[in-house]
Amino acid sequence: MRPPALRAPPGFATFRPAMRSRIAITVNGEARDIAPGDTVAALLRTIGLDTRKVAVERNEEIVPRSTYDSVALTAGDRLEIVHFIGGG
Amino acid sequence: MDGVPAADDSWEVAGRRFRSRLIVGTGRYKSLEETAAAIEASGAEIVTVAVRRVNLSDPSAPMLQDFVPPTRYTYLPNTAGCHTANDAVRTLRLAREAGGWNLVKLEVLGPPPFLYPDMEGTLEAARALIADGFEVMVYCADDPVAARKLEDMGCVAIMPLGAPIGSGLGLTNPFMIRSIKQQAKVPVLVDAGIGTASDAAKAMELGCDAVLLNSAIAHARDPVRMAVAMKAAVEAGRNAFLAGRMPVNYQADASSPMSGLIR
Repeated sequence: MRPPALRAPPGFATFRPAMRSRIAITVNGEARDIAPGDTVAALLRTIGLDTRKVAVERNEEIVPRSTYDSVALTAGDRLEIVHFIGGG
Repeated sequence: MDGVPAADDSWEVAGRRFRSRLIVGTGRYKSLEETAAAIEASGAEIVTVAVRRVNLSDPSAPMLQDFVPPTRYTYLPNTAGCHTANDAVRTLRLAREAGGWNLVKLEVLGPPPFLYPDMEGTLEAARALIADGFEVMVYCADDPVAARKLEDMGCVAIMPLGAPIGSGLGLTNPFMIRSIKQQAKVPVLVDAGIGTASDAAKAMELGCDAVLLNSAIAHARDPVRMAVAMKAAVEAGRNAFLAGRMPVNYQADASSPMSGLIR
């Protein structure tokens, strides 16, 4: 009797296509890949930023902090994430 | 800050009252620790701050707020580095979202080497910001005509330069600063150009409501000591203005009685 064929765990088959479908955005002038459906909040978490100390602009429009959880990013989005630094 | 009795020699901008007539920048210090120490020594209640991209590769780097807490100081976000009205407006909208307040310092600058205020861009940005609900303290040329336009538009403070930003040249045109102060109904501050304590005192003696400076403290050999000097200079200049200086005389007028001299 032949041993059972190696079978991919459930969901594995969709993993590679999912990788390919990651979407490209620009954050502070740098190209970046995110997962489809990622929100502003998810992006800030991935980068490791404290949402209380930054502000976000998406395609030259302010993203209000109260909407970080609901704004899904789309391909080609240009984001600026800023904070306060020393200045005169 | 707010709630200071008006009998004090405090001043008011956009409905907020302050005791200190010295506003200091938070840039160009050697470290955030030095920034915090110098600002504390200056006695300032308002500090200017810049808005910049976060460093995505080092998101946990210490931030200004951790050393100069916005709960203790009124942050006045600036538009340093903006050369167009559009960039200035975008920057301050981000600042409002980051900080949650609408009192801002607008500056739209011309090219190096002077970074002289671009008044066409400044007027355009001021109009857009006021329409969007901002309270605009505006850095401007030492030009009474432009200053009047900015005030008529609704700017809450007029801030002509004493000399180019970071130059330390002092007040290069005191007559124009005085002229702008005389016609204005909103506070007038000298912003930029102050080099040392006597420059700050001179601005206050002209009748200005406050002085805004950064490099004069940050680039002194001992910033904390210079901050102490600036605090004293602003107070001295203010007192001298309120006291009313003696008239200038082009001949001697002896201070001791001329009678009762021994013979």
